[in-house]
Amino acid sequence: MDAEGRLELRSSMSDVVQGGVVCPVPIHRYEQVLLAHGGGGRLMHRLLEEVFFPAFDNPALAARHDGAFLQVGAERLAFSTDAYVVRPLFFPGGDIGTLAVNGTVNDLAMCGARPMALAAAFVLEEGLPLATLERVVQSMRAAAAAVGVPLVTGDTKVVDRGRADGLYVTTTGLGRVRSDLELGPARVQPGDRILINGDVGRHGMAIMAVREGLAFESTLTSDCAPLVEPVFRLLDAGIPVHCLRDLTRGGLASALVEIAETTGLDLVVDEAAVPVSEEVQGACEILGLDPLHVANEGRFIAFVAESDAEQALALLRQAAPDLPATLIGQVRGPGEGRVTLRSRIGAARVLDMFSGEQLPRIC
Amino acid sequence: MKFVDEYRDAAGVRRLAEAIRREQRRPWTIMEVCGGQTHAIVRFGLDDLLPPGLTLVHGPGCPVCVTPVELIDKAVALARRPEVIFCSFGDMLRVPGSKEDLLSVKAAGGDVRMVYSPLDALALARRHPERQVVFFAVGFETTAPANALAVLQARRQGLKNFSMLVSHVRVPPAIEALLSSPENRVQGFLAAGHVCTVMGMAEYEPLTARFGVPIVVTGFEPLDILQGVWQCVRQLERGEARVENAYARAVRPEGNRPAQQMMWEVFEVVDRTWRGLGRIPASGLGLRSAFAEFDAERRFDLPVDAVREDGECISGLVLQGRKRPVECPAFGTRCTPEHPLGATMVSSEGACAAYYRYRRSTPAVPA
Repeated sequence: MDAEGRLELRSSMSDVVQGGVVCPVPIHRYEQVLLAHGGGGRLMHRLLEEVFFPAFDNPALAARHDGAFLQVGAERLAFSTDAYVVRPLFFPGGDIGTLAVNGTVNDLAMCGARPMALAAAFVLEEGLPLATLERVVQSMRAAAAAVGVPLVTGDTKVVDRGRADGLYVTTTGLGRVRSDLELGPARVQPGDRILINGDVGRHGMAIMAVREGLAFESTLTSDCAPLVEPVFRLLDAGIPVHCLRDLTRGGLASALVEIAETTGLDLVVDEAAVPVSEEVQGACEILGLDPLHVANEGRFIAFVAESDAEQALALLRQAAPDLPATLIGQVRGPGEGRVTLRSRIGAARVLDMFSGEQLPRIC
Repeated sequence: MKFVDEYRDAAGVRRLAEAIRREQRRPWTIMEVCGGQTHAIVRFGLDDLLPPGLTLVHGPGCPVCVTPVELIDKAVALARRPEVIFCSFGDMLRVPGSKEDLLSVKAAGGDVRMVYSPLDALALARRHPERQVVFFAVGFETTAPANALAVLQARRQGLKNFSMLVSHVRVPPAIEALLSSPENRVQGFLAAGHVCTVMGMAEYEPLTARFGVPIVVTGFEPLDILQGVWQCVRQLERGEARVENAYARAVRPEGNRPAQQMMWEVFEVVDRTWRGLGRIPASGLGLRSAFAEFDAERRFDLPVDAVREDGECISGLVLQGRKRPVECPAFGTRCTPEHPLGATMVSSEGACAAYYRYRRSTPAVPA
């Protein structure tokens, strides 16, 4: 570079120094809903905090659980609903139908409830092949039969072509809670151990591998599965489980941070202990994603007293011998409601929710 | 996982950290150029393992962070046009322009698509001959060959509806700019391994000779980074200033010649403005006039006002390694990944985002 070039450079650099002229104008608040508002990260939580919670404020909602507890006479019921908008509709390891049944069944299981009945509402797009609908409905039938829950009521609407992505499903479930059970973030105690029932990140990466524009070759299948069986292994054995949380959008990180923030307790998680398969790890490395933020559909964490941890772990492994259930961390004392991750090389870092959507990086 | 685990081995990391401690006698300040390295350092806590006299400062090597706000505004203007399908890598979508980001344009009805390769954008152009497909060509020398390939293929296929908004930047002029500044305190550099995989090491020789600083070509895993630091400290302690390769498993001294050929066939060196650093001569790549038909800035009329950027954010100083993210009064309070004041808080490779994600409680480190 010549002398003139350097001169020009110096003056521009000193502009920066003197004026601090460097920052873009902030975008303080989005005026519209962004896709990232549905990503399971901070933006979605802000949406809940600012729009939904204040509007519907009540004790059942305030418990911030995967479903609500309702007292009906002597019976305690769990009540939960979820909408499903996955694309593509069919993916390795499942489809929108298996997701819709297992997702709601799992929300009930996280309340310590056996599902009693499901309802389903369908939004169909004009032009959807009937064969596609039948395939989804058969998946739902099989998934419901697998956990012995009847689908007892429903609704169907059709919208103009182009107004929906083929097919949306909403399912609602009712379940019977074990009478002796108190579950929820409020029951989490300092000293509790944190268990996970298997490896993380399969669902999100399986979907990403087949999504338009990002297709890469992989043999990954979704972990989509009902969690009633492993949960009731623990409950039926009399383990006083303190809290259960299934890992969906936002991944393990969001679930841990939600619990920490709700309880005000600090959690410590050992990164090397969190099971991640080689395929998921590899796909995440390529795309620059963290497996701890990737979605799951058949994984949950359980908080149990330290004295119960080994027995609980053994029960989870009996329930699913193929899955690497493991202890991943512990609840520390009251603190700032923060999750600390001990990295593989021994350093500690803060584990946070993802901000919006996970976006693959440039290089 | 093979080729990952062995470079994150805890015992190996401790051995190298010990070797650095033995080598280091005087205080030194070393800059890692690349945002990918910054993230690995903060994520794995590598800087905690270094002796107190050794300071790592974070460089300008995050393409998302240094893309000037005017160019984001042009991207936004393009994405708003009804005939345009605007394609971008994922992490550019959330970078704020002067008024909005690409995600907001998408929410308002703009056809913004996240792609993982420029060839995906090319495929979209073939599938939608009635639309104009524009690809946001961002990045250092690492991504330039693939983008050049896309342009060459578009020409070969006679595509008239494909163009690029080019914001390519080059590493050596940025290092030169930092070293030329009277406020510079960086004494050695870890160069970005993937850039050198393409470009080789020769470009850095004149810099070591002129400024007397060691430059060590360094990879991205914990062991790679500590190896780079160790080699850099060893040179500094011995009073040497050479270009060394600590990433030989990926980098050859001459780089990737076919990739360079393709890149120079399509692109030429141009001046470019860097967000936070100002205008740096010869620091960018632009399309050669022979490929002007693929230049989105020439194909579309893009009236964009000059932008005066906000004063509170110190990302310019962060990108020069002169401040740490936690030294910013807005860090973690008025500036978060949800409400970024600057691009360094937005990009997954930005230094502020790395500190926010992994390090919020760490107190400010005195310079």
